[in-house]
Amino acid sequence: MTPLSRVVIGSLLILAWPAAHAADGQKVFTQGGANPAAMACLGCHGPDGKGMAAAGFPRLAGLPAGYLSKQLHDWRSGSRQQPVMAPLAKALSIDEIEAVSHYLAALPSDPAPDWRRQQIATNPTERLALYGDWSRQIPGCVQCHGPGGSGVGEHFPPLAGQPVAYLMAQLNGWRDGSRSNDPNQLMAGVAKAMTDAEVKAIAEYFAHPASPEVKP
Amino acid sequence: MKPFMPTLLLLATGAAFANQAPITMEDQSQLKVPGGQAAPQFAPPAESELPDNAFGKMVREGHALFVDTRRLMPEAVGNGMNCSNCHLDQGRLAHSAPLWGAYPMYPAYRKKNDKVNTFAERIQGCFQFSMNGKPPAADSPQMTALAVYSYWLSTQAPTGVEIAGRGYPEVPQPKGGYDFKRGQQVYREQCAICHGDNGEGQKVAGDYVMPPLWGKDSYNWGAGMHRINTAASLIKYNMPLGKPGSLSDQQAWDVAAWVNRHERPQDPRLVEGSIEKTRLKFHANDGVNLYGQQVDGVLIGQGTGS
Repeated sequence: MTPLSRVVIGSLLILAWPAAHAADGQKVFTQGGANPAAMACLGCHGPDGKGMAAAGFPRLAGLPAGYLSKQLHDWRSGSRQQPVMAPLAKALSIDEIEAVSHYLAALPSDPAPDWRRQQIATNPTERLALYGDWSRQIPGCVQCHGPGGSGVGEHFPPLAGQPVAYLMAQLNGWRDGSRSNDPNQLMAGVAKAMTDAEVKAIAEYFAHPASPEVKP
Repeated sequence: MKPFMPTLLLLATGAAFANQAPITMEDQSQLKVPGGQAAPQFAPPAESELPDNAFGKMVREGHALFVDTRRLMPEAVGNGMNCSNCHLDQGRLAHSAPLWGAYPMYPAYRKKNDKVNTFAERIQGCFQFSMNGKPPAADSPQMTALAVYSYWLSTQAPTGVEIAGRGYPEVPQPKGGYDFKRGQQVYREQCAICHGDNGEGQKVAGDYVMPPLWGKDSYNWGAGMHRINTAASLIKYNMPLGKPGSLSDQQAWDVAAWVNRHERPQDPRLVEGSIEKTRLKFHANDGVNLYGQQVDGVLIGQGTGS
């Protein structure tokens, strides 16, 4: 083989690799996995992957691939429990989990509202969201989940625009232990320190972003 | 008259004891702070108590600068830090160097610059070192706003008293010192999730959400946080966020040493371009720090070159 053809074949392989993954991921998303029990994501999460707020099905579009893949693995292991998702995750192959996670991460999503942590918050819900309540060791939600709940990196998923029912279910999952897959148990302590009323209010705060940035 | 004298003396002595130990203002950056076991009693005023007038407006402006410093004062901040990165909960949190513990302690003599500093001058130090920037003028509107915010948080705090909760409580150095390898492991397990594998912090849309702990966008070699003892204190009492006190004293020292063995922007007081001269003048008697020392055959304190 000439060096040139090696380069050509190498390049083709490099080009073909992500394309093959994208094709798989899209197929899992629209048609489901090879195992018929692994149903297509779009049935519940919407054709654009933006979720179905009325039913409480969360948006997946634009979430970090590492986060999505970890959740699917955690449903398989049981550190995250949910009666619909656990069997689906178990029916997906490891390759399919990787592929669909990358496909979903690349789907377009609506940007988080541009809230900064600069207004003095007098409303208790906004205060909790922006600054937390340190008398109970609760950091502000945005300190980890980013301005406006945009999400930060692979470990701190977006809160902005997720359905109220979904956000409440997650907080309550950490409180009752049905969700225990948070790295370093960062969320369990926070959720357990929150009241029922706060869980609802915070879920609504991030589900329906309305607060404009205050210019000093 | 004579019989009264002993009584007066007794009264005077009693009053002195009531005020606790005499205040030493030798060096604010190295002031002994009340131990973590002393329960903080002081509560800064609630936001709802803020008056809706010119003063209240200035408090809000100071607060905004305090929590969003880098974005609102790009001309003054030379790295990726905000005031609120070291002073948690908007400068309110006890054991996190709260503003209400600092404001009432000034003016004070500081060995760091060998003069009596006003509060504004103390904040200028934060800009020069912790934020590796150009301090705003003492009479600038931003400095006034920051001082007004600090003053408001200190409402009803006594002046010149080291009240419980001020500063970062001292964490005694473990008998066996500290260990970089153990520190690295603590860092990987407990810190990297937010601050990144290489201390680089994490950004969203170009702005830091989690602050960088070393490298060109972190505090410089002149910042108080470059002392391992100071970083250990902040870490022990405040980190990981929401889980204060979860690390042992040893872990806090180990991970503080790991963080502070990494390069960061040069000390702006660099003496004649010499790390050794700078070490002798500013670092040799400044707590536990690695500036100007060899670690694994590498000279620490070379700066990040920016």
